[in-house]
Amino acid sequence: MEGLEQILAQHPFFAGFSAEYSQIVAGCARNHRYDAGEYLFREGRPANEFFLIRHGQVALEIVAPGRSPIVFSTLGEGDIVGASWLVPPYRWMYDARAVVLTRAIGIDAACLRGKCEADHHLGYEMMKRFLPILVQRLHATRLQILDVFGR
Amino acid sequence: MTVQPDPFVPQLYRVGRVRRELTDTTTLELAPVTGPRPTFSPGQFNMLYAFGVGEVAISISGAPDATCFVHTVRDVGAVSGAIAKLKAGATLGLRGPFGTRWPVESAQGADLVLVAGGLGLAPLRPAIYHVLANRRRYGRVVILFGSRNPKDLLYRRELQQWRERLDVDIEVTVDHADADWHGNVGVVPALIRRVTFDPHDTVALICGPEVMMRFTVNALRDAGVSPARIYLSMERNMKCAIGLCGHCQFGAAFICKDGPVMRFDKIAEIFAMREV
Repeated sequence: MEGLEQILAQHPFFAGFSAEYSQIVAGCARNHRYDAGEYLFREGRPANEFFLIRHGQVALEIVAPGRSPIVFSTLGEGDIVGASWLVPPYRWMYDARAVVLTRAIGIDAACLRGKCEADHHLGYEMMKRFLPILVQRLHATRLQILDVFGR
Repeated sequence: MTVQPDPFVPQLYRVGRVRRELTDTTTLELAPVTGPRPTFSPGQFNMLYAFGVGEVAISISGAPDATCFVHTVRDVGAVSGAIAKLKAGATLGLRGPFGTRWPVESAQGADLVLVAGGLGLAPLRPAIYHVLANRRRYGRVVILFGSRNPKDLLYRRELQQWRERLDVDIEVTVDHADADWHGNVGVVPALIRRVTFDPHDTVALICGPEVMMRFTVNALRDAGVSPARIYLSMERNMKCAIGLCGHCQFGAAFICKDGPVMRFDKIAEIFAMREV
């Protein structure tokens, strides 16, 4: 059976990560399994973890009163779910729902923030991985709101 | 490419089968009233003439070996609206085919990534038919299709058929959806990093709104695909269709004559220039 450290090392997010840092991050990690329809987290709750999807699909959605939930993005194998753990007040801004059976690694946010604070090189390595993802998603959101397929 | 002797004279065509694709989008089969249907290559377009209304450039969306021309037309104006509303048995004028083709022959042996957005799947469909009919000649074949929402998905039945093939990777995404949709949500360029192909031996064909194509080109280049192996189907207001009138001028090129299919490296400098 694969250990968390091995699983993390194989995840695209941690490509090129040193063995030492993989070990440190693995100390904050745990396995999750979500059945279809189960929520990884809900809007407004503390963002005390983020997720690396191993298998499955996760829908990010926002609920508006009187309407069915609006899905604004889906994420799959190799993707990261959640950035709110990085920025105070560490609170989720949307819901994350497993569309199908999903397996993920959860990284405890307080644990990792503490380790990043103690070792800024580790913190910088984490930021180098997170920032491109956030920028990609910002660009994608810009294209999405342009509604280019509209009449 | 076969063009009538006088490219300004429309030939009479009769509407055969009509299929309502979406609320405002119709696919028409058009057969010549006399003589054989001219040959065409994937990527080319015809000028369709609704009598008394006007003429509009519409890409050919059927198979190259079909006996008739197939056009998918969205009702976005007077002319396209008149054509989209034609019934079986009606007649219209047709000039063509015109324009450049998708590089389906020169791409043989390479991986193929075909990226379509919205109605952009229609001009790519003849290339898809060709590739699927000659599947062994290509490496990996990836089809990525983005639409506004699930109810605007074009050629839904065919997408399902292509998805069932084991030799094609197909991903469909929509920009907006509710929780009843179980597919991808997000923009189509974001799918590029989720699929597998050899970026150093890939030819990419893109068709859709120009902004979507810009983002897609960037994503392909980020993945390592050479600008010289990326092809786009460009759209401008075409009138004469043979490079005389200048309505579709794009820099030093005319989309009707030098396009619509253009290699990205040849237009890269002016592609995002708003004055062009």
